Amino acid sequence: MTASLLVEGVSYAYPDGHVALRGVDLTIPPGERVALLGPNGAGKTTLVLHLNGILGGAGSAGGAGAAGAPGDDPGRVEVAGLRVEKAQLAEIRRRVGIVFQDPDDQLFMPTVAEDVAFGPANLGLRGADLDSRVDEALRSVGMHEHRDRAPHHLSYGQRRRVAVATVLAMRPEILVLDEPSSNLDPASRRELADILRDLPVTLLMVTHDLPYALELCPRSVILDEGRIVADGPTGSLLADTALLAAHRLELPYGFDPALAASQLTARGALEDSTRGAAEDPAQRSAARGVDA
Amino acid sequence: MAGGHSHPLYLDQSSPVHRLAPEVKIVASVGFTVLMVLTPRTEFWAFGVYLLLLLGVAFAARVSPWWLATRSLIEAPFVVLAVLLPFLGSGPRVDWLGLSLSVEGLLGAWNIVAKATLGVLSSLLLAATTQMRDLVLGLDRLRCPAVVTQIVTFMLRYAEVLAAEARRMRIARISRGDSPRFLWQARGFAVGAGALFLRAFERGERVYLAMVSRGYTGRLPALYGPGPGLAQWSAALALPVAAGLVLAVAAGRAVFMS
Repeated sequence: MTASLLVEGVSYAYPDGHVALRGVDLTIPPGERVALLGPNGAGKTTLVLHLNGILGGAGSAGGAGAAGAPGDDPGRVEVAGLRVEKAQLAEIRRRVGIVFQDPDDQLFMPTVAEDVAFGPANLGLRGADLDSRVDEALRSVGMHEHRDRAPHHLSYGQRRRVAVATVLAMRPEILVLDEPSSNLDPASRRELADILRDLPVTLLMVTHDLPYALELCPRSVILDEGRIVADGPTGSLLADTALLAAHRLELPYGFDPALAASQLTARGALEDSTRGAAEDPAQRSAARGVDA
Repeated sequence: MAGGHSHPLYLDQSSPVHRLAPEVKIVASVGFTVLMVLTPRTEFWAFGVYLLLLLGVAFAARVSPWWLATRSLIEAPFVVLAVLLPFLGSGPRVDWLGLSLSVEGLLGAWNIVAKATLGVLSSLLLAATTQMRDLVLGLDRLRCPAVVTQIVTFMLRYAEVLAAEARRMRIARISRGDSPRFLWQARGFAVGAGALFLRAFERGERVYLAMVSRGYTGRLPALYGPGPGLAQWSAALALPVAAGLVLAVAAGRAVFMS
């Protein structure tokens, strides 16, 4: 099966000489949820901007030709088998849905519905097709009744959910979230987790919020100083205190990853037993109308 | 709240005028204003007819004359000049309540006050019945350059974000004991304004990146269906057409009398 995301030997230096990425390799199979962990300045955002060709070899905005300090090879990024290159940027940007950290950066249109329509309209959708796409995306994040409101009249958590809808409306192959839990109150944080867990789409989540990573992503990678330094099941990475300490990652005070993991397993088993009998997962995603 | 973007002058209600497409209202309002301004100032009756026309529109739009009257006070600063004209003008003079007033100045003042008031009323009616969002959409459909409408769209969206940011910065400044009361204490404010500018600039870059990530290539997609039909156009253009008739009669009379 073709990987949703394939990153191979990606290196990048900013024009001022600062080297942000030194040969990153990462493969994510379809449907997997992966957390990208790392301290501030590790290169997480730089890597994200490579995924849809904003930075890097295909660079359209700014980064063109500035690639690669080590060895001058900028590396290779593929999304569902399609290489990130200038000629394919439109399709790449449909396949990679990036939700930026500040929803005010993402939501710029006067109403929620228009903002969600922006992406699919750029893909050429019009009329009834566009409307149904907008509806479907807003429903999947539970914001359908707010479609005609202005973004700045929504709460921060609601704006974050609309920001997720704006990229879901493009039916991406992979959803990339930059610090999805930042600035959310505990209830909004949990609501967003519930939504993200149910989305039938490959997910890459950039975060410092280690409990959130554990809750949502079975697999985590740690990026530090432009390199992937660890890649494995989230539970075992978080249990490795020495590894976390070496890369400026810390669990919240009193948080026991082993206990949380066992609770998570118990909850998963419970949900599977109640849900599995009632309806089959393929139907659920079809009913929601978002295809992976 | 009902729609996307409203503004302080928008009256959120339903009326035949509210339901008209924004571009026909813009054309009607601008057309009426231009024709009204072209009318010879000595044809006093014509301005009375114009006022009646506008009151008719206000009635159809369920906008009360009182609402219009209070909002139109915005023109007051511009009318101050007109009040001076009768005293300063040259040429033949008339005596009125012991004041010696210039005829030319009186006519000049009348010209400014009447045309400004009618122009303001016409704009107010447009504003009261059209949401900000629709005004931009209307301009866009009237082939206003996309750069202009895009700038207005962004200004609408980010004015409040920036204002909130400025408010937070001000509260943070005051919390640290800054209380600028005199000009030479304005340094904190000036530096704050500079910082706000830089932040806005950086935000602009992030917004742009987010747009590019969703396939933006320099043009906002036109998201709307077909424009207004003949019925809407003819309903809205009744106003400028009526104004045109008044102008024709007024101009004819002015030429005939001279």
